[in-house]
Amino acid sequence: MIAFWVLAPVMVACAIAMVMARKAVHSALLLAVIMISLAILYAAQNAPFLFAVQIIVYTGAVLMLFLFVLMLVGVDSSDSLVETLRGQRVAAVVVGLLFGVLVATAVGQTTFGAAVGLQAANADGNVNGIAAVLFSKYIFAFEVTSALLITAALGAMVLAHRERLSPKATQRELAVKRMRDYATTGAHPGPLPNSGTFARHNSVDTPALLPDGTPSELSISRVMRARGTVRDVSADRTLAAEVEDDPGQIEGGDR
Amino acid sequence: MSVTPFLVLSAILFSVGAVGVLVRRNAIVVFMCVELMLNACNLSFVTFARQHGNLDGQIAAFFVMVVAAAEVVVGLAIIMTIFRTRRSASVDDASLLKY
Repeated sequence: MIAFWVLAPVMVACAIAMVMARKAVHSALLLAVIMISLAILYAAQNAPFLFAVQIIVYTGAVLMLFLFVLMLVGVDSSDSLVETLRGQRVAAVVVGLLFGVLVATAVGQTTFGAAVGLQAANADGNVNGIAAVLFSKYIFAFEVTSALLITAALGAMVLAHRERLSPKATQRELAVKRMRDYATTGAHPGPLPNSGTFARHNSVDTPALLPDGTPSELSISRVMRARGTVRDVSADRTLAAEVEDDPGQIEGGDR
Repeated sequence: MSVTPFLVLSAILFSVGAVGVLVRRNAIVVFMCVELMLNACNLSFVTFARQHGNLDGQIAAFFVMVVAAAEVVVGLAIIMTIFRTRRSASVDDASLLKY
C-alpha cells in the first residue's frame, strides 16, 4: 500500500493545479497524470481489467480527444479572469471546501470493518469474473450501452458536420480572384514572404526585415502574433547598423 | 489495508473537481473537471468492490467509463459547434437563454 501514500499527494496536488492552471493544455496534461495514478490505484485494488480500461479509454482516447479539441479551438482558449458574478469564485471555493470536509469527515467517522477482499471473486481471473457477472446479471445494461455508443457516434457526426453553402472554388476561379484583387486593391498576387533568415535566428518566429528595416507583418504566422511569441529583431538590427557605421569596434576587425 | 484512505482521497478529488466546475469559465476545462469528478466516483466504486468482496462495483465503474466516453464525444462536439458560431469557448458567452 506504499503506492497509495506515494500517489495520493501527487493526485491531490495535480487536481488543485489543474483547477488553477491558466492554460487549458496544462490542465489536460495534469488530468493525464491523475488518470494514470488512478489506474495504478485500481491495479493495487485487485482490478487489473479496470486498470487497462482506464489507461486505454481515459488516458488514451478521452484525453487525446480533449487535446484534439483544444488544438482546433486554438490559442485564445485561455480563461478570462473577469468575474461575472461578484464573489462567486470565493463562494465556490468555500462551498467546495465545506463539501470536501463534510464527506471526508463522514467517511472517516464510519467504521467499515475489515475489507473482504477480492481473492474469492477473482478466483479464476479478474477478467473472467467480470465477464461472468457482466454477461448474466448486467446483460440488459450491456445491450443498452451499445445503443448509447451508436447514438453518441451519430450525434458527434451530426454536430461536427458542416453544410457546404457554396461550391468549392476551383484553381482557375482562385487565380481570377487573385488577379482581380490585384487590379482593384493592389493586393500582392504572389505567395507570402518567408520568415527572416539571419545569422542569429532563422526560425519561423523571426520576422523578415523590409528594405527600410521594419519587420514585415506578412512574414509571420497570425497564430504566432496572437500568442505573442514573435521575436524582436530590431535590437539586433541596430547592433548591425552600428557595426556597419564603425567597423573598428569589432576586435581584430582590420578590414 | 483499510478502505477509508481511498474513500477520503475520492472525496477530495470530487470536491476539487466540483470547485473547478464552479470556478472555471473555459468550457473545455469545465468538462475536464467533470471528468475528474467521474473518476473520483470510479475510485470509490472500485474501493467498495474490494470492501464487499464482489465484482458489482467494478462493473459499475466500467459502465461509468462507457457513459463518460459517450458523454465526452457529444459534449466536445457541442463545444466545437458553439465555438464555430461564436468564436469563443467561454461559458459566459453562451447566454442567449438569459434574455
